[in-house]
Amino acid sequence: MALHTLSLSVLSEKLRRREISATELTEAVVSHIERTEPQIGAFITLTPELARQMAKEADARLAEGEWNPLLGIPMAIKDNISTRGVRTTCASRILENYVPPYDATVVARLKQAGAVIVGKANMDEFAMGGSTEYSAFHPTRNPRDLERVPGGSSGGSAAAVASDMAVAALGSDTGGSIRQPAAYCGVVGLKPTYGRVSRYGLIAYASSLDQIGPITKTVEDCALVLQVIAGKDPMDATSVDVPVPDYREALRPDVKGLRLGVPKEFFEGVHPEVAQRVQEAIAALEEAGAEVREVSIPMAEQGLAMYYILAPAECSSNLARYDGVRYGLRVGAEKGHIGMMEATRAQGFGKEVIQRIIIGTYALSSGYYDAYYLKAQKGRTLLRQEFERVFQEVDVLVCPTAPTPPFKLGELVDDPVAMKLMDVLTIPVNLAGLPGLSVPCGLAEGLPVGLQIIGKPFDEPTVLRVGYTWEQIREAPSQTP
Amino acid sequence: MALTLEQMRHLAKLARLELDDAQLEALMAPINALMAHFEKLQALPLDDVEPTSHSIPVYNAFREDIVGTPLPREEALANAPEARDGLFIVPRIVEE
Repeated sequence: MALHTLSLSVLSEKLRRREISATELTEAVVSHIERTEPQIGAFITLTPELARQMAKEADARLAEGEWNPLLGIPMAIKDNISTRGVRTTCASRILENYVPPYDATVVARLKQAGAVIVGKANMDEFAMGGSTEYSAFHPTRNPRDLERVPGGSSGGSAAAVASDMAVAALGSDTGGSIRQPAAYCGVVGLKPTYGRVSRYGLIAYASSLDQIGPITKTVEDCALVLQVIAGKDPMDATSVDVPVPDYREALRPDVKGLRLGVPKEFFEGVHPEVAQRVQEAIAALEEAGAEVREVSIPMAEQGLAMYYILAPAECSSNLARYDGVRYGLRVGAEKGHIGMMEATRAQGFGKEVIQRIIIGTYALSSGYYDAYYLKAQKGRTLLRQEFERVFQEVDVLVCPTAPTPPFKLGELVDDPVAMKLMDVLTIPVNLAGLPGLSVPCGLAEGLPVGLQIIGKPFDEPTVLRVGYTWEQIREAPSQTP
Repeated sequence: MALTLEQMRHLAKLARLELDDAQLEALMAPINALMAHFEKLQALPLDDVEPTSHSIPVYNAFREDIVGTPLPREEALANAPEARDGLFIVPRIVEE
């Protein structure tokens, strides 16, 4: 099998045994990118020369007997994660030529482990969107069906992994932006618990919801990447000082006695074939020894409304920094300092971003704060409490990741509400700060379906264990799902 | 409630966005469609509920008051639209 098609865990074993070199692997991936990228458009910036240099360094470390699972592994990084010396655009005209002077903590950790960066992945502008069509530069196509979107906002990261242009990738997830594209592209994606992974160097969208996580080919690969990026970081005051367990120990194909909750609200309005695939996976897990029971999270239905107040409110504040003064685009300097800011922002931001800034400005403005922002924050409390209550009865929740299979390019791009409904099953997880994993779960209308596994705060091990078990059942030759 | 053009003008000004009436009108329909979804929150019984700003409790994070390694000035200025003599150049903000 061609090297670029293999999983991270298989490749890192080959590197450890010195069967292959990091340079050989990187060359295989880089030449595959040259052939494949024109059809997919998964990247904003490709970094083949940097990749070759990093591979050479990895080979030197391997030659000295050093090894860890990410050493020499080619990876893609979502373009809202800062990379020192490598353009980081956030898929926005306003940052089109921005070159960060520092690395995000996750990038520094990947570099320390010896991962190889092949490029910066496409996304919806400022991570606002669910199809990657709101990139200011170009759309990305779903490798499983080129007429369809890869999902978003981490659509480039998911498409790069699904088309073997990266062995693994980093994405970010504010309302489903890792899990939904992972589901649409038929790969694995994890949004860790809020605070599990440092956000330092992640260009902010909605700071109380944003979290960086892995997009990979297998659940095992996901655990291996999480292991490197997880942990307290003094540079991010919201990263939490909870010990990082050995995630590989969680990878046991064993769910005996685990209590799986099936939240009934997360099946309402779901495409019947998607629901069926997920029900089949749940039945298979039950067969493997899990206890399955129906649970209810009534506030989840309000999640979308809460999210579209809170996230735009935080975004309107976070994006106030783009003023044409210190970095990024500058337009209309002749109009004075206020005129310059107004012209720069109007020309630098795309339509979707401007909409969210206006909604957020409204929700935070005097006289409306109590009616919108405060209500949404209070609703968030109730939602969180419902999850807490349910997690006294069950160990994980299982449901679909997205309500439908991937839609076609252009199909929802002008519909202000329909595209946002695609995040209805993922948003509650961000609002409650919980870990959520999407694992491929068969096909609906011939297109990938994702099984979403939601856990208690910092219980990524159980979430990964359930995902791993399902993956083993799915891959077992005697089974049919 | 739906936003009016006048409110849109005010919000664009608050958010420092140079948008003309035609642009604001084009933005109004999608914004109002989305805002219609917010209304369901008004029906929730929330009077005695504490707001959540972070899902995980976050406290002040203190550190020792020790000088770290600052970003070198030339690196901090490298992305500036305009810089001179180690400073950011901006349009004049005070009258002569």
